[in-house]
Amino acid sequence: MKKILNIGWKDLIVLFRDKGALVLMLGAPFVLTLGLGLITGSFSNNSGSSSGLAGIAVVVVNKDGGELGQGLVDVLFSADLAELLAPDTAVSPQAARQQVDNNAIAAAVIIPAGFTDGILPNASGQVGEPVAIEVYANPARPISANVVSSIVADYINQVETGMVSVNVALTQLVMHGRITPANTESMMTLGQEMGQRLISQDAAPQPIRIERDKAAAEAASNPNFLAYIAPGMAVAFLMYTVALGGRSILAERDKGTLSRLLISPTSATQILAGKVVGIFLTGVAQVSVLIAASALLFGLRWGNLPGVVLLIVTVSAAATGWGLLLASLANRPGQVSSFGTALMLTFGILGGSFVQIPFTGLLAQLSKITPNAWAIEGFMSLSQGGSLADIAPSLIALVVMAALLFGTAVLIFQRRSGALIAR
Amino acid sequence: MSEPILTTKDLQKSYGDNQAVKGISFSVLRGEIFSLLGPNGAGKTTTISMLSCLLTPTGGTAVINGLAIPQDSLAIRRLIGVVPQEIALYDELTARQNLQFWGQMYDMKGKALKQRIDEVLEQVALSDRANDRVETYSGGMKRRINIAVGLLHKPQLLFMDEPTVGIDPQSRRRILDMVRDLRDQGMTVLYTTHYMEEAEELSDRVGIIDHGRLIALGTQEELKQVVGEQETVRLNFGEGHEANGHAELFNGVDGVLAANSLDGEIVLSVKEAGAVLPAVVTRANSAGLPIRAIEIEEPNLEAVFLHLTGRALRD
Repeated sequence: MKKILNIGWKDLIVLFRDKGALVLMLGAPFVLTLGLGLITGSFSNNSGSSSGLAGIAVVVVNKDGGELGQGLVDVLFSADLAELLAPDTAVSPQAARQQVDNNAIAAAVIIPAGFTDGILPNASGQVGEPVAIEVYANPARPISANVVSSIVADYINQVETGMVSVNVALTQLVMHGRITPANTESMMTLGQEMGQRLISQDAAPQPIRIERDKAAAEAASNPNFLAYIAPGMAVAFLMYTVALGGRSILAERDKGTLSRLLISPTSATQILAGKVVGIFLTGVAQVSVLIAASALLFGLRWGNLPGVVLLIVTVSAAATGWGLLLASLANRPGQVSSFGTALMLTFGILGGSFVQIPFTGLLAQLSKITPNAWAIEGFMSLSQGGSLADIAPSLIALVVMAALLFGTAVLIFQRRSGALIAR
Repeated sequence: MSEPILTTKDLQKSYGDNQAVKGISFSVLRGEIFSLLGPNGAGKTTTISMLSCLLTPTGGTAVINGLAIPQDSLAIRRLIGVVPQEIALYDELTARQNLQFWGQMYDMKGKALKQRIDEVLEQVALSDRANDRVETYSGGMKRRINIAVGLLHKPQLLFMDEPTVGIDPQSRRRILDMVRDLRDQGMTVLYTTHYMEEAEELSDRVGIIDHGRLIALGTQEELKQVVGEQETVRLNFGEGHEANGHAELFNGVDGVLAANSLDGEIVLSVKEAGAVLPAVVTRANSAGLPIRAIEIEEPNLEAVFLHLTGRALRD
């Protein structure tokens, strides 16, 4: 066992000292994840940096002049949201929109004139035409803009359910002397009626209108894109790593180190097992580094730690099986590299590493032979709060895949042992 | 000299119809340097591969220290050390890390391994570069570490397969000195080479191998008796007059036993140089080949090979 670990550890060191391999093992998936994250705005906040959400720049234009408009301004400027938002005011809606267009702020909240009047009855008991609040969102900062929209929507929701409107309206009625504070029961009834009125305005314009382009809307509809692409890339390039490991078996033969190993008092089984351990350890190290880096640098939450560890181990084992199978079938190290690259791309597409394609029929079945599909499914589940039980199908599938591939590769190696020694 | 540590009888290796080693029999005595001398493709490396349990013989027997190949291969592997023709090292690791790894493959560990690594590094004069990656070494330095790996577990019998191929004269000299030192320390060495000079300098006994057959075996003096008083004449021609293709010209000259082209020269095996030279010079001149220099050599292993095969060693 000691020799097996020695061979595996040696391979791990050798591979991690290969600068070219490091670029592809760690650099490429990291840069691609970073690039795709930036393209989709998955990291964006007010400053455009990739750290967590805070100090989202938002400008408020209040043309309403009524209590409800001012209520929203107060919410946006409230102490509760002081850490999350960095609000400012503007007089002109055009100026506010311009700031969004210039990518200076995440969103502009434009409260139109008549917003309050469209909800609350005036002194003569009349209610004006409903108008919508506009949230002018920055497509380059979809998550930040979403946060602002959510706050505004939440405020509107409160208005709709009467919580705000009742308070404001009743204050108005009391101030104008239309009711007395003692008449509590009628106050509550009136508040509820006003709320119901808002909710029942099916034909009326929505009280909030969010303006942004289509791309931003799509990005916002999938806020966990980074949680998808990061494991996708890690697993895609894991396939490259295992191919590199498989290549090293034949490279050892060509360099003469395999013969030297076979001349030493080390059995062929120990050597093969050591190479497998080396590929496996390298894969585990690669995926672990990528996951840790994305968690630390991108703030990505991978979810249940034991689950993440188990997925790393099982997907590395399954991928190692593929690397071993490639090595057992190839005659030259270059062939393993070529097949490995083809396999990485094919599995990347089939398994959804690069983009999620809803395959059907045969392609859907084929995707199940890739470690990518199972691992991504598991990682996505964990990032969305899934438990060990939720990822059990992925874990089982990856273990079975690893066992089948190891067994097949060993059988082929046994049949071709002469060819593997001779060059 | 004492009893044999290695004995082969009719050792054979075939790949289908291709017979790489056609039944060779020899013994290596404990404490000697035994050279297998022969041109490239003669079967030297295949023989070493069988003796180091890497290839299974297809015929004959081989016994090392009373242990049979391939039946006792695990025990034999612990007895022998092999310095392969290739630089079988990991370039990405340092020399010390390489030695550490290979020592572990021979079940060495801890302080004993560390101490032995220091010893072999000193032996190959690379202690000061021990922590540099092998990829930064010159060819000669890599060869020396390649040898150090073979020595690490103190083998009783060391196989060295063309250990000086492709290196500079200084490194070559250092390696040859090292091989002699190993013999002086009591190690038995089986050395393969196609360099006649190396075999002459190092060997207690020599086996000459060609086309998978051992065609001569003995001490250098015994082998040189094969050619008797034969001498070797080397003819060097002026610029623009290559010797290649002209050896046939001299085959008919009285007293010339064999003629070959080698390294731009014509190499003649003759009975008596003084008697044949006038006719040789006349033949060269009439063929329009101006002789620039003539060198006459005493009988050597090259002459033995030439005599036995009709070809030069590096043909």
